[in-house]
Amino acid sequence: MTFQRKHILGLEELSAEEITLILDTAESMKEVSARDVKKVPALRGVTVCNLFYEPSTRTRSSFEIAEKRLSADVLNFTLSHSSVSKGETLLDTARNLEAMGASVIVIRHPMSGSPWLLARELNSSIINAGDGSHEHPSQALLDLFTIREMKGKIKGLKVAIVGDILHSRVARSNIWGLVKLGAEVRVVGPPTLIPKYIEKPKVRAFYNLEEAIEGVDVVIMLRIQMERQESVYFPSLREYSRFYGLTREKLKNADKDVTVMHPGPINRGIELSSDIADDASSVILNQVSNGIAVRMAMFYLVASAGRSQ
Amino acid sequence: MAKNVLMDSETIDRTIVRITSEILEKNKGAKDLVIIGVRTRGVHIAERIVKRINKLEKIKPPMGTLDITLYRDDLRHKTEWPKVEKTEIPFSVEDKKVILVDDVIYTGRTTRAALEEIMDFGRPSSIQLVAMVDRGHRELPIQPDYLGLQVNTLISEKVRVHLKETDGKDEVIVKKG
Amino acid sequence: MSILIKGGRIIDPSQGIDGTGNVLIENGAIKSYPKTTKKYEQDIDVTVINAKGKVVSPGLVDIHVHLREPGFEHKETIRSGCESAAAGGFTTIVCMPNTNPVNDNASVTEYILLKARTEGIVNVFPIGAITKGEMGETLAQIGEMYEAGCVGVSDDGMPVMNAKVMRHAMEYVQAFDIPVISHAEDKNLSGAGVMNEGEVSTQLGLVGIPCASEDVMVSRDITVAELTGARLHICHVSTAGSVRLIRAAKKRGVKVTAEVTPHHFILTDEAVNEYDTNAKMNPPLRGKKDREAVIEGLKDGTLDAIATDHAPHSEDEKKVEFDIAPFGIVGLETALPLSLKLVQDGALTLNQMISKLTDAPSDILNLGKGTLKVGSAADVVIFDPEKEFTVDRNKFHSKSKNSPYHGWKLKGVVNYTIVNGKIVYTG
Repeated sequence: MTFQRKHILGLEELSAEEITLILDTAESMKEVSARDVKKVPALRGVTVCNLFYEPSTRTRSSFEIAEKRLSADVLNFTLSHSSVSKGETLLDTARNLEAMGASVIVIRHPMSGSPWLLARELNSSIINAGDGSHEHPSQALLDLFTIREMKGKIKGLKVAIVGDILHSRVARSNIWGLVKLGAEVRVVGPPTLIPKYIEKPKVRAFYNLEEAIEGVDVVIMLRIQMERQESVYFPSLREYSRFYGLTREKLKNADKDVTVMHPGPINRGIELSSDIADDASSVILNQVSNGIAVRMAMFYLVASAGRSQ
Repeated sequence: MAKNVLMDSETIDRTIVRITSEILEKNKGAKDLVIIGVRTRGVHIAERIVKRINKLEKIKPPMGTLDITLYRDDLRHKTEWPKVEKTEIPFSVEDKKVILVDDVIYTGRTTRAALEEIMDFGRPSSIQLVAMVDRGHRELPIQPDYLGLQVNTLISEKVRVHLKETDGKDEVIVKKG
Repeated sequence: MSILIKGGRIIDPSQGIDGTGNVLIENGAIKSYPKTTKKYEQDIDVTVINAKGKVVSPGLVDIHVHLREPGFEHKETIRSGCESAAAGGFTTIVCMPNTNPVNDNASVTEYILLKARTEGIVNVFPIGAITKGEMGETLAQIGEMYEAGCVGVSDDGMPVMNAKVMRHAMEYVQAFDIPVISHAEDKNLSGAGVMNEGEVSTQLGLVGIPCASEDVMVSRDITVAELTGARLHICHVSTAGSVRLIRAAKKRGVKVTAEVTPHHFILTDEAVNEYDTNAKMNPPLRGKKDREAVIEGLKDGTLDAIATDHAPHSEDEKKVEFDIAPFGIVGLETALPLSLKLVQDGALTLNQMISKLTDAPSDILNLGKGTLKVGSAADVVIFDPEKEFTVDRNKFHSKSKNSPYHGWKLKGVVNYTIVNGKIVYTG
């Protein structure tokens, strides 16, 4: 199959075949990253703009390295969170970047759906680098890539996603990707952070961590946003970590070869006990290098499809 | 569609035997040789050459595969980009004699991309090119060092190398466009 | 000047009329229903409109419109809002007080009415605010606004959260026999919500407004209306829960009326997919069950009237991230064909549907409109219920184009709108 999409906005709209093509292409890209000269000329002459409305050095760096390894010209445009509601509108800013020659725009934005607005109004290819609580496709794709690499497959696996599902774009994208590739997903967290309407075929909601991780092959821990403890979602971080923090003891319920993943950075002693965090960190480092390969694959495929339209 | 068989299975076998001998003659044995096949069919021809070298010299030169997609110079003009396959060169090419193997040489652009990609892996002492068929119409100053068969073709014609590994049987054919 | 409307199907639910006939308008009023027309057709002073195959009904009445003037004239003015109304077949509109300044005192009311008299081409009645600045704290100058011409009070868009303030408002309005019009929403439950809470909001990662946010407030307002004996009108009912609560309250004899917008009986929250800001309004588009419930409510009379909640916003204001786009859509120029869909789908008869856009809304606010009774002001709409057209927002008379129906094929075209005996729109 060939990739026909000009934009990658989320995993919801991608088919299992398209997701698999991205992962397969990422395998080839991972080889490039292993070379001494980590650069190929595929995107020479293409200008990519990283338009970030949230300070995320990790994600932005990963995109930037991916762009550079494909020989694209990179334009970084980072705006403060507050400029969303004040000053120039998102569309005006993006149109400006397009006028500077950007033909691919990578956007990170605190509001759900912002990449859709750009995709509708601009000529550039749009890659969603995380929008509000909606989707974070590159993170989910690199999680899928890492799981496939470690387990040899995705179909039939049992995967638990733990934490603040309500506000998590990583969870939403991972749910779509995992379900489409045939995994069984369990989401678990305090009832205030599990949306009422999250359950669907192959997605079950749990409020009890021990129950949820019974026999699972993979546990994806979400980062808890520290500022949420101030709100009414749970009484305190201490209480959260007591019920939903992953410890060696609780992990005994999972499959003996369970893989623990975390999008990083870890709040040690809150989401993960320190010893599990140590075990998990090797996976996390692998996730980071897989992230570059997956993003290279996204660029190659989008640039390819964008050309034919 | 009319097709014309240029080489049959036995001819292909004998050609590989000859080319291997020429490689060994020119390089005075198999020392420092590495063989790199260009995906897809160049890889299988490379494998046969490695096998033949092994039989003659009792050593097995390292072998790699090259996918030149990310180095193509026509990406900007193509409407549909090819799927990227993996390049695997699990050895150093530094100061090695690289035998680059492809099935058909035509415009020379694939070879140019392959040369650029190999250079990104290091600085070989030389790169020598093997092609099963040269159908002419070169657009770049590139010539094979070892050649199976030279044929005159029309641009509208298609030259195909079929191999057992990928196509079920060995033959080289030319088809009217 | 006289107008003869000849041979149309006259439907006037206020008089129980439905039949082919002629209507004679003279000196701005309905003069008679002449049996023969020859005499008038020969009179050069009589304008003759051939309405054969068309429906002739009282001009439509919309009791929920945002005219935006004063303060937001880039979205709409009293002039453009009236033109939009006329193009949609409306001859009477009632405008909400959330202007800048807020219509919370008689001088703003008088300004609106003056503008409407000089620039407006349809009848305009203002609604005053319940509380000063729609802040929900102290009562606005309700008595003086009533004297100046306000026909009801509402803090539309800014629900009165304090039940005690609402109680006193409901007590106070009884001195003037006007209703309290409630935008029923619990702001705490709505939080930062931007669309209906449900499967779609969960998928889109948008903060949801639960149905309970409306139901809780409808319940409170009905309870306070029972306590005070006031007339309560619930705006833009969107949930099955509200319909249930209002139905039960009416059965108990509570003086409660209610309206529903075309978008709540036509669309569901699926329309928000791909973050269309023209599907963002408050109350939000709800689920399938809620949509069915409001249609059921219209059928059994729980919901008395159809009102548009016409809420113009400029293109620039809507072409932004979904979270920061303003709530609301324009509705005056699509309300009639959308309401006709209820007739096409068999939910209402044509007579019932016309009633919900004419005498029923007029009665809620005692406007004395929505009728073709002999002697009443000649507010008439003539429309072709079968003629199909494609909605083109660029052809709207409203200053704003924020409609989710652009490109839809609908049936029902307005041919003439007549206000006080004057033709103000010809389609």
